[in-house]
Amino acid sequence: MAVAQENAYPEGRSLSPFWTIARRDSLAGFLFIAPQLIGIIAFVLIPLGLVFWYSLHEWNVLANTFTYTGAQNYLMLIEDESLVEVLGATAIFSAGLVVMNMSLALLLAVLLNQKLAGIAIFRTLFFSPVVVSLVAWTIVWGFLLQKNGGINGMLLMVGIEGPNWLREETTAMISVIVVQVFKNVGLNMILFLAALQGVPKELYEAARIDGAPAFKQFRRITLPLISPTILLTSIITIVGSLQVFAQIAVLTQGGPGLSTTVLVYYLYQQAFQFHFFGYGSTLSIMLFAIVAVLTFAQWQMRKRIVFYES
Amino acid sequence: MLHYRNLKSTACAIAVIGSFVGGGSAHAQDAVNLRMTIWSANEAHLKLFNEIAAGFKQNHPNVTVTYESLPFETYTTALTTQIAGGNAPDMAWIFETSAYDFVKSGALYPLSDTLKATEGYNLDEVSAGATERWMQNGTLYAYPFSTSPFAMFVNNDLVKAAGATTPGEMVATGEWTWDNAIATASAVARSDKGGLVVRDFNYQAWQYLTSVWNGWGASPWSEDGKTCTMAEKPMADALAFIHDAVFTKKAMPGPGETVDFFAGNAAMTITQISRASLLPKDKPFDWDLVPLPKGPAGEYALIGQAGVGVMQSGKNAETAAEFVAYMTNPENSAKLSQFFPSARKSLLNAEVLKKTNPLLSEEQIDKVVISGIATGKVMPGHTGFAQIQQMVRSNLDSIWRPEADVPTTLQKICGQIGPLLKR
Repeated sequence: MAVAQENAYPEGRSLSPFWTIARRDSLAGFLFIAPQLIGIIAFVLIPLGLVFWYSLHEWNVLANTFTYTGAQNYLMLIEDESLVEVLGATAIFSAGLVVMNMSLALLLAVLLNQKLAGIAIFRTLFFSPVVVSLVAWTIVWGFLLQKNGGINGMLLMVGIEGPNWLREETTAMISVIVVQVFKNVGLNMILFLAALQGVPKELYEAARIDGAPAFKQFRRITLPLISPTILLTSIITIVGSLQVFAQIAVLTQGGPGLSTTVLVYYLYQQAFQFHFFGYGSTLSIMLFAIVAVLTFAQWQMRKRIVFYES
Repeated sequence: MLHYRNLKSTACAIAVIGSFVGGGSAHAQDAVNLRMTIWSANEAHLKLFNEIAAGFKQNHPNVTVTYESLPFETYTTALTTQIAGGNAPDMAWIFETSAYDFVKSGALYPLSDTLKATEGYNLDEVSAGATERWMQNGTLYAYPFSTSPFAMFVNNDLVKAAGATTPGEMVATGEWTWDNAIATASAVARSDKGGLVVRDFNYQAWQYLTSVWNGWGASPWSEDGKTCTMAEKPMADALAFIHDAVFTKKAMPGPGETVDFFAGNAAMTITQISRASLLPKDKPFDWDLVPLPKGPAGEYALIGQAGVGVMQSGKNAETAAEFVAYMTNPENSAKLSQFFPSARKSLLNAEVLKKTNPLLSEEQIDKVVISGIATGKVMPGHTGFAQIQQMVRSNLDSIWRPEADVPTTLQKICGQIGPLLKR
């Protein structure tokens, strides 16, 4: 053992017997992950703990009072009549976004998975909104969706009087979903494209020899083989849909009525506009729980729906 | 040798650190940095504020004042976030709508003693009506440095092109009523231009409609703020009038339509007179400024206020209060009044206001500014205004459509905000 230590430190330095090779390796490992670990502790775990702590208090920022109220904020969740409407709007937004985003992303990926001249231009074109500033993108769409904005102007040119997109409940929700889909569809499209290019060509060849039509090839070969990517993108998209804020703040401010007030926007209102930081924190904990449950459920579903080649 | 070198290095380090710490403590005791949050980023405004800060520094060489411009739309949210984060400014501008929240919460440092002790300040010349919202138990907690009346800006070129009588002519003949104002706006709106724009309303910030419904004697809540009065007849009539003007007469741009008066695209706009600075310098149109039209309840005026207060939690609250006293003394109030009309009686005369508002005629100053500040009611405000505002806004959305049921919606609003008003 002593020989081993001497060998490990050829310069002649010696450490106490406590520093065995295994312990030194562990220390090195911890030091390597320390930056990430410290980041998670400082910016995720501690804030999460603090938000839970705040949720047990009534915090009046202006009066500088911080009073322990126990579970009162959690009981308020049950009594809050607006919350039902808010959760409904959140569910509609998430469902609409996930269905539209993933269908469109998959369709684009299939269309762009061709060996054609100039196909890279189209891939770049569809991906480019992902790298555009979210607020700038939303502001431009805000102008386009005005009653006398660009979209209705174009519709008028073909004799159609467009709706007041952001001022009617149904069209407002559709508008914010579509703006978000167009912004981020490129990301899922690239992931699907990568997955599609990983599907072995010989499987399609064998299917063609067996006389399988294109749709059947897609259903029986493509979908099962890209199912890990479908799971990944669905988790990313659902979690992302529950975090949407800027689009709502810029386009509708949660209106008309509460029709586009999603949970994140509602908690922002409660905490930062109405100064109910305690109740806002409680809503954050609820959002965290919803995201955790949905992600866990999806992860469990992988056993049924995800096909792993290995 | 190595030991000696280490000793020398340590001694040098101690000397350097010592000089910083020692010198720093002597300096830090005197140096005071004050920060004021404001919602203006206008260069001319900032130039004037910096001049005032420089003037204060002449007698207080250790005090440096900086201004932090926060976005107008999210100003109060940004300010309270700074407070929540333990980074409260030393001084802050406060909207009249959130005045009650700040004054009643104890967030502000009392100013009365400092202002009264300031030589030549003459707080008594500021009218009681102007300071009412900013006081509690006889103590002033923020000074209303801006008392700006709402008025109607008119594009006479568009009105004449539509063959309508100009508001100025109607004022002269005593026919300047809301019915006639909407008829004129409707005539212009029949062209490709807009009629009447209530600026900053945008079918969201409904409090700006006060400039219209005060003509019906309407109010969202009672004088003591405890009872909702939105469902009462004056408010129902006023909102029915506005609804008719928007959807039937097409005299006002509808929801989702953006029309800018100052770009020459609308016949009239209601806004504060300080917005005169937005009038185009190049290719100006023939514009006029007239009082708000007479409503069924008679003539009326509305003023918007902005207060400046000192945050109680600041380390240098006393010095900050001294700066507020200097910033709003008669001399500096006169300078500020070119952008922010003062409620000081000595500054409310045509001679002074003409110097500070060169764009306005003496008649406009007399009929709109002086009369407006003297007789105007302040925009509505309430404790917990942000929550009440949001609740009313989300319900009013159902009024802003052609087939609206105004009375039922107003009943619903009162049902919802009633408990909040009583809190």
